[in-house]
Amino acid sequence: MAFVALSEAEKVYIVHGVQEDLRMDGRGCEDYRCVEVETDVVSNTSGSARVKLGHTDILVGVKAEMGTPKLEKPNEGYLEFFVDCSANAAPEFEGRGGDDLGTEIANTLYRIFNNKSSVDLKSLCINPREHCWILYVDVLLLECGGNLFDAISIAVKAALFNTRIPRVRVLEDEEGLKDIELSDDPYDCIQLSVENVPCIVTLCKIGYRHVVDATLQEEACSLASLLVSVTSKGVVTCMRKAGKGSLDPESIFEMMETSKRVGKVLHTSLQSVLHKEESLGPKRQKVGFLG
Amino acid sequence: MAGLELLSDQGYRVDGRRAGELRKIQARMGVFAQADGSAYIEQGNTKALAVVYGPHEIRGSRARALPDRALVNCQYSSATFSTGERKRRPHGDRKSCEMGLQLRQTFEAAVLTQLHPRSQIDIYVQVLQADGGTYAACVNAATLAVLDAGIPMRDFVCACSAGFVDGTALADLSHVEEAAGGPQLALALLPSSGQIALLEMDARLHEDHLEQVLEAAAHAARDVHTLLDRVVRQHVQEASILLGD
Repeated sequence: MAFVALSEAEKVYIVHGVQEDLRMDGRGCEDYRCVEVETDVVSNTSGSARVKLGHTDILVGVKAEMGTPKLEKPNEGYLEFFVDCSANAAPEFEGRGGDDLGTEIANTLYRIFNNKSSVDLKSLCINPREHCWILYVDVLLLECGGNLFDAISIAVKAALFNTRIPRVRVLEDEEGLKDIELSDDPYDCIQLSVENVPCIVTLCKIGYRHVVDATLQEEACSLASLLVSVTSKGVVTCMRKAGKGSLDPESIFEMMETSKRVGKVLHTSLQSVLHKEESLGPKRQKVGFLG
Repeated sequence: MAGLELLSDQGYRVDGRRAGELRKIQARMGVFAQADGSAYIEQGNTKALAVVYGPHEIRGSRARALPDRALVNCQYSSATFSTGERKRRPHGDRKSCEMGLQLRQTFEAAVLTQLHPRSQIDIYVQVLQADGGTYAACVNAATLAVLDAGIPMRDFVCACSAGFVDGTALADLSHVEEAAGGPQLALALLPSSGQIALLEMDARLHEDHLEQVLEAAAHAARDVHTLLDRVVRQHVQEASILLGD
């Protein structure tokens, strides 16, 4: 991760600002930075999205591949997460340098999707015990400017919203042999329902208060943070404390309340942006990295 | 090459281009704020990002420092979702390592490394979508990124690939044309002097045809130079307007 070195005076300035509910860039404690979301940026994926949150830049590609269901869940498909902390984001990630952080983020993603409500995995099953769709969700970190987890979860949700899985039919002949037939129409697809896909809201404890969407400088001032994954209805699906400091139980409950409140607003605005973008259809001019 | 006609009798290729025609190139400099230099390029459906850090102190072992020039360090990686079939790892496989070495060779020939002794220049390229000519796209993106970082170079490095089908040289091969398995040539050119920074050819090609293919690639690379030059000028103009000069 790009690291920042702050002097004591700079830290005091940030901490005092947060105490007064006024942050370095003029935001309040519960305000996000401006989020830019664009879907369908990589055309040889089933779904993709790019999210820019301040200086944090994330690209997510989803590829649907056919495979066999897991033994313990024979009538469900599954999601595979992979996070690549590329050297683009920071020179420290060169070679295998980004693997630790990548695994940490991927494990967090597995955990927040590890419940029945977030994605309807049954719809990914083609043929129980034999064939199912595996969704490979690959996250690519292009630049980090703080609050990685939130940006990644937003990008994953947007990419899953954009994912189109070809519709297949299972034909069975007289001898019981099964044959999979792919639809001829490339637009004949199933779309995942992402209504219950959670987003992560990270709360950084700075001084006696907590802030959402911390920048790198603010992260440097914070000793501990709480990752809460919230659905659009305000249901908490997973929670994790991160950072080297400690938190007292009271502030954890406070932070959870904040994350529910902030998370609901985040989901509403994300949904409206995604639907708006989809309604433009193929006429939409793609900006990608050129804009 | 059974089944697919790469060059029709009328002289058109699979995607409707003429033999010496390039795909549409769009590029942008200064994509990221944190890196010293960055650029993004689209050549048809091939999309690549390049980021440059440096010149800075040698990272890691000091023993790698060169007393008379800068160390050029390149890493090529290609996103797991960039290809038609999903890749298992973005970098570290044999092809990526080779590509990294080729890029290093290319840029050691172009960057004025002797101006920054005992320091290091990092060039990281990332392919977001691969549709043939990834080496060329990476070199072109990296050139723009190095320029964006303000690192002195002898010249632009412009790269293009070329192939040979039915007695005709094709410039800027797409994935379909590459997959057909004919001879392929990758060329990196320093356009104003006409020097070649990297030349690589695979598959068999008769010596008599080499000049024709080389000429096609060099011509295409000079076309790329014109385009990149335009991008740089536009970027500088925009930057100077922002500065209020």
